[in-house]
Amino acid sequence: MAGYFELFWSFFKIGCFTLGGGFAMIPLMEKELVQQKQWLSKEEFLDLLSLSQAMPGVFAVNMATSIGYRLRGKTGAVMSVLGNILMPILTILALALCFRYFRDNAVVESIFKGIRPCVVALIAAPVFTMAKNAGLNWRNCWIPLLAAALIWLLGVSPVLIIIIAGLGGFLYGRFINKKEAAA
Amino acid sequence: MIFWKLFYTFCKIGAFNFGGGYAMIALIQDEVVEKQAWMTAQEFTDIVAMSQMTPGPIGINVATYAGYTAVVNAGYDPWMGVMGAFLSSFSVILIPFVLMLLLAHYLLKHKNNKNLNNIFSSLRITVLGLIAAAALQLATPANFGSWSQSPLQLCLSLAIFLIVFLLSLKKKFSPVLLILLSGAVGLVVYGT
Repeated sequence: MAGYFELFWSFFKIGCFTLGGGFAMIPLMEKELVQQKQWLSKEEFLDLLSLSQAMPGVFAVNMATSIGYRLRGKTGAVMSVLGNILMPILTILALALCFRYFRDNAVVESIFKGIRPCVVALIAAPVFTMAKNAGLNWRNCWIPLLAAALIWLLGVSPVLIIIIAGLGGFLYGRFINKKEAAA
Repeated sequence: MIFWKLFYTFCKIGAFNFGGGYAMIALIQDEVVEKQAWMTAQEFTDIVAMSQMTPGPIGINVATYAGYTAVVNAGYDPWMGVMGAFLSSFSVILIPFVLMLLLAHYLLKHKNNKNLNNIFSSLRITVLGLIAAAALQLATPANFGSWSQSPLQLCLSLAIFLIVFLLSLKKKFSPVLLILLSGAVGLVVYGT
């Protein structure tokens, strides 16, 4: 059985070695928790993975919460989450504290002038790479277009749009598309 | 009181983020740049860049750094900024964490519930629009340069944007590598 410290340590390692966001953690978690420690079966892991995707919040943290909770209850969940985020938080904080001294440096500013359009492109690209998995097609593409226009042009809150979209999905399945929903 | 606002804002962001790290960047951007005006679009873009290059979930990294910046920009010293950083990352995971402990059992049992599936498929599509809006809102003259002030910077920025965008669609290129290369281009062009 997984001890609290063991849980912490496993998620600590996973937190330290993932660059590029939560989904990059999946293979590492699978290797560590399913194959090496054998704390979870492959099926359980996939169940917790889809649960973590469905829940709001940060995907990797949700994985740590659900796996920690499944293995050692509430304390296990706390230990796993702490392990997972400790190193990332300390690293980014150290960077934040150092960057204060370099922000006005001419060399650093010239580097960031190159980086900024790159970052905007990195945010724009997932709109298209995620579209297929999200099930985007010609019939529903008005939804993200309308959402983007409302936020960008009218300053509507994204949170409000999330609430309306969730409600809309529920009502659509309930009243308009009963057959497809039942199938 | 900035700490109370940080707590409330990041709790809300955590509770309403469906759709991964980039969706969370969109929600954080809307709150800290557009609504609360705790920082400029340029500062926020720099934060995202550094969050991509350090390990860990990008949502946590951005929340932590944005919390720090919000407090320091409000006139507090950096150590209060560190408090703000811890508070933001704590707040952003608080509600999902509690929900998970309360609902995990129920949701695993009803994982094929059609009402839930309808809600999530609607959310997955809508979130694309949220991310697109964030990208549009960050495409500012401060980030790209302007024609009147520096035509060279604007043209180069658009070129970097297009190249990185097309390479990212191919997925083989890691964001870290693309950021480092763009930084090198900036250093060579603007730094000499």
